[in-house]
Order: sequence, then C-alpha cells, then structure tokens
Amino acid sequence: MTDIAWIDAALTSARPQAIGALLRYFHDLDAAEEAYQEACLRALKNWPRNGPPRDVVAWLIFVGRNVAIDAVRRRGRQQHLKELSDEDALSDVGDVEEDLAERLDGADYRDDILRLLFVCCHPELPATQQIALALRVVCGLSVLQISRAFLVTESAMEQRITRAKARIAAANVPFEAPGAREREERLEAVAAVIYLMFNEGYSATGEHVAARAPLCDEAVRLARLLLRLFPGEPEVLGLTALLLVQHARAAARVAPDGSIVLLEEQDRTQWNRTLILEGLALIEKALRHQRPGPYQMQAAIASMHARAARIEDTDWAEIDRLYSVLENLQPSPVVTLNRAVAASKVHGAEAALAMVEPLAPHLSSYFYFFGVKGSLLMQLGRDAEARTAFRRAIALAATVQEAAHIRMHLDRLLKDGTTGDIQGSK
Amino acid sequence: MLYAILCYDSEEVVGSWSPDQETATMARLAAVQQTLAEKGKLGPVARLLPTTAATTVRKGAKPLVLDGPFAETKEQLLGFYVVDCASLEEAIGVARDLGKASSSEGAYEIRPIAVFNPGSRLA
Repeated sequence: MTDIAWIDAALTSARPQAIGALLRYFHDLDAAEEAYQEACLRALKNWPRNGPPRDVVAWLIFVGRNVAIDAVRRRGRQQHLKELSDEDALSDVGDVEEDLAERLDGADYRDDILRLLFVCCHPELPATQQIALALRVVCGLSVLQISRAFLVTESAMEQRITRAKARIAAANVPFEAPGAREREERLEAVAAVIYLMFNEGYSATGEHVAARAPLCDEAVRLARLLLRLFPGEPEVLGLTALLLVQHARAAARVAPDGSIVLLEEQDRTQWNRTLILEGLALIEKALRHQRPGPYQMQAAIASMHARAARIEDTDWAEIDRLYSVLENLQPSPVVTLNRAVAASKVHGAEAALAMVEPLAPHLSSYFYFFGVKGSLLMQLGRDAEARTAFRRAIALAATVQEAAHIRMHLDRLLKDGTTGDIQGSK
Repeated sequence: MLYAILCYDSEEVVGSWSPDQETATMARLAAVQQTLAEKGKLGPVARLLPTTAATTVRKGAKPLVLDGPFAETKEQLLGFYVVDCASLEEAIGVARDLGKASSSEGAYEIRPIAVFNPGSRLA
C-alpha cells in the first residue's frame, strides 16, 4: 500500500540525498531545490497510482534532472511535451533507475550529502544563517516554521535565507570530489552547525519552547544522517550520542509554566529511555576507537547523568575526570566552570571555588559564572558575598526564566541551606 | 513449526515518521500481536536500535570489529518476531496481517527456525 503518509516520509528521508545529487548536476542551490520540488509533485501524482519506485532517491534525482533539462530545452526551442512522461516510463523500465542506483551506492552519494550540508554550513556565513539554510534546504522546513523558531517575521527570514544563498553562490564551493583533508574539514564544519542548531532549540525557555522544539528534532535527524554517512567516525558518534541523551530529557527539563527544571529535580521517569539507550550504545562504540574528542567527552558526561537512576547515584568523580579530559582537549573557561561544579561534589566547595575564582576575568559577563560562584560561596557560609554574586547573575540573566531560576535558588538556600546545582539546567 | 519473521524496511523512511505516525503504526502492530498472543502463538518480539548503533564482528583468524551493520542495503533489519505456526501458509498470513498493520513499504523475511531456546526472561 502506498499511502500519502508513507510517501511523505519517503520524500522527507530522500531529500538530502536527492538535493545533494541535483546540486552536483546544476551547481546551483535554487535550481536543485526547484528540480526536487517538481520531482516531489510528480511523485505525489504518480506513486499512489503506480506504486512507489524500487529506489525512491534514484527516481527523484532522475525525474528532477529531466524536468530541469526539459525546462531548459523548452525555453531554448519550443519543443512539444512527450505524450508519455518520463516517470511513467520509469516505472515500467527499470534500467535507467538501476544504473543510477548502482552509481549512487558509491562514495559520491556520501560526498553529495556532505557537500550539500557543507554548502549550507559554509564558514563564510554567520551561524544563524547557516542554521536557517540547513533547516530550509536539507530538512525541508518551511520558511514560516524557521521564522517561528528564530522569533523573527517570515519575510525577515525569507530575506535572511536569500542573502545566505547569494553569498554561497559568490563563494564558489568546489564541486569535484573532496580530498581526505577537505572531507575532514567539511565534516567538522557541518558537525559544529548541527551542534549549534540543537543548542538553539535546547536553550529555549518559556513561551519559546514549543516554537524551538523543531530545531532539536531536526538537529538529531541531521546528526543521524551524518552518522549513517560516517559510521566509524568517533566524533560523529559522540555528537549524535550527545544530542540523543540531551534530547531524551526534553520532556522533564521544562515545567508547564516554561521555567527550567534543574537536573536534580527532574522526574527521571520522564526521560526517554529509548533515546538514552541509543545514545549510550553510540558513545560506548565511539570510546572503543580510543580517539577522544570534545563531542565524545561531552556525550560521556551526559551519559553519566543518564545512567544515574537518581541524582544520588551520580558518579561525580567520573564526571570530574571526564571534564579534565575535555579541558585538555578544548581548554575553555566555560569547561573549567562546569568541571568546578562536578569537583565541588567530589572535593568540596572550597576546592571548587579555587578553580572558579581565576576565571573571573574571562567570564565577567557570563550568567552561569556568578550563579555557580554564588552557590559555592553559599555552601561555604559566605552569605554576603554569595548574595553579591547572585545579584550579578540576575543582572546578567538573558531571560525572565534565568533570573527567576536564580531567585528561586537563592530563596531555597536562604530557607533550608540545601544546595542546588546551578548548572543543572544546562 | 517455529518461524522467525524478520522485518526489513528503510531505516531512513521509518526514521522520518512523525511521532503520531509512529504511535499509530505501533498500536496497529500491537493489535496483531495481541491476537497471536491470545492463541499462544507469539514468542519473543524485538525492535532493534538503528544500524548506526550496530557493531559487526567478522569471523576469521583475526576477528575484525567493524562499525555499522553487517550488510549495506537499502532496507535494514529493524526487528523480528518468533511465531508458532502450523504451516508456512499460516506464517505468511501472519506476515500479511503485520504488513496491513504497518504503514510502510518494506518486507518480511520468513525463516523457519532450526533450534529455539527461549532463554531467560530478560525484560
């Protein structure tokens, strides 16, 4: 049975590969997108009647390419349309499709998708444009959906995407097969954008949670796609694992009123076990390669939290150790700040504060820095200094929820002296 | 006779289902399983994690450990059932029922089972 829902899913999953190949033919993003759209329209007309083709992707590429070539021809010299359209012929004669499918099974199919992703994630574009373009071209989200996620008007987003495409056209991305080194660089750029896309959705609070949820869903889908292309790449395994484990907590992270629920207060029965299991399986595979990288370490840290059935079961010593590896791989004040939180659970607030204080010059406008510092000072009974730190944090809060979160934390500390993990919501 | 019914489908397409589609499909499949279970014909049922979570060990003098599934195919093994049927015809009937309940284009491979050890209760 070929129902419309199946066709819809088939077209969605074929999109990156089909547009990637069409981009290789046309060297132009708009032309590739138009050809793919046209092929989809024909699929919707043709498949319910004739059944789906054996190879959906090959069919779409073949039809999309021919439609575009025909259009060029027609513009060139008024040719009559053939009685029997290509896609009808295709369903009867599998040869062309067979040929195409053979060729597409090769490595160039992988390079097609990677090139398409890389074109959208082109380093010359600002990050928000990279994300918007990837969502539009690769994931097929509508401009309206994307504009909602970025909290701008539809026309502003339309302009943003048009500008991004114009810049790419001017940037001249090479279309020959990339060398090993270039493939590596593209992979890195693409992974970074997928990570950013996820974070855009993940950091949403309040009334924006629903509008931004698609960013997380699509980032997970893209990470899985990348992983299918590079199944033995430890950092891609790590990135996918990280997103899956974080995504698994989505339902428990935000209260009905849009406020952040701390890690230690999340209802862990609300975590999605299937996503967690998948994430744990992937990080386990990644670490076997013994080629550690930042995504793997972050995934390993996230998976330590995911493994703990209750907050008391958290293995903070291991998390502290993993952060120290991450610090060596990718030294940054933010990583050290996070490590300090884990260290405070293992070595106490005094030791953690000694790690945090030298970070002041780097993090003087970072909300979490003052949150963590305040929390540690509070644990040491240095209430006046703690209050100063918390006030700084509230002043730096980017959202109402962040500010409320610190206030709540402050109130609770004042009330019963239990400490919370400021970083919990991260 | 015991039969393994192996579900093959495109992981990418199944992965592109909307949550609603996924839930509806699983509910329809559960209804078919329920009917079999009531007749005492349903053995273990498993849905596998995606092939990206797979590891393959190639046999040989020096076993080779590889990331990914055993075979690169358009359709992946996504799960399986063990059923007790009087004939191949009946097993084909079960696969047809599952196919009607499902909402995708894949295939069921029916393999008669030579040795079956139900093992311990795992889940």
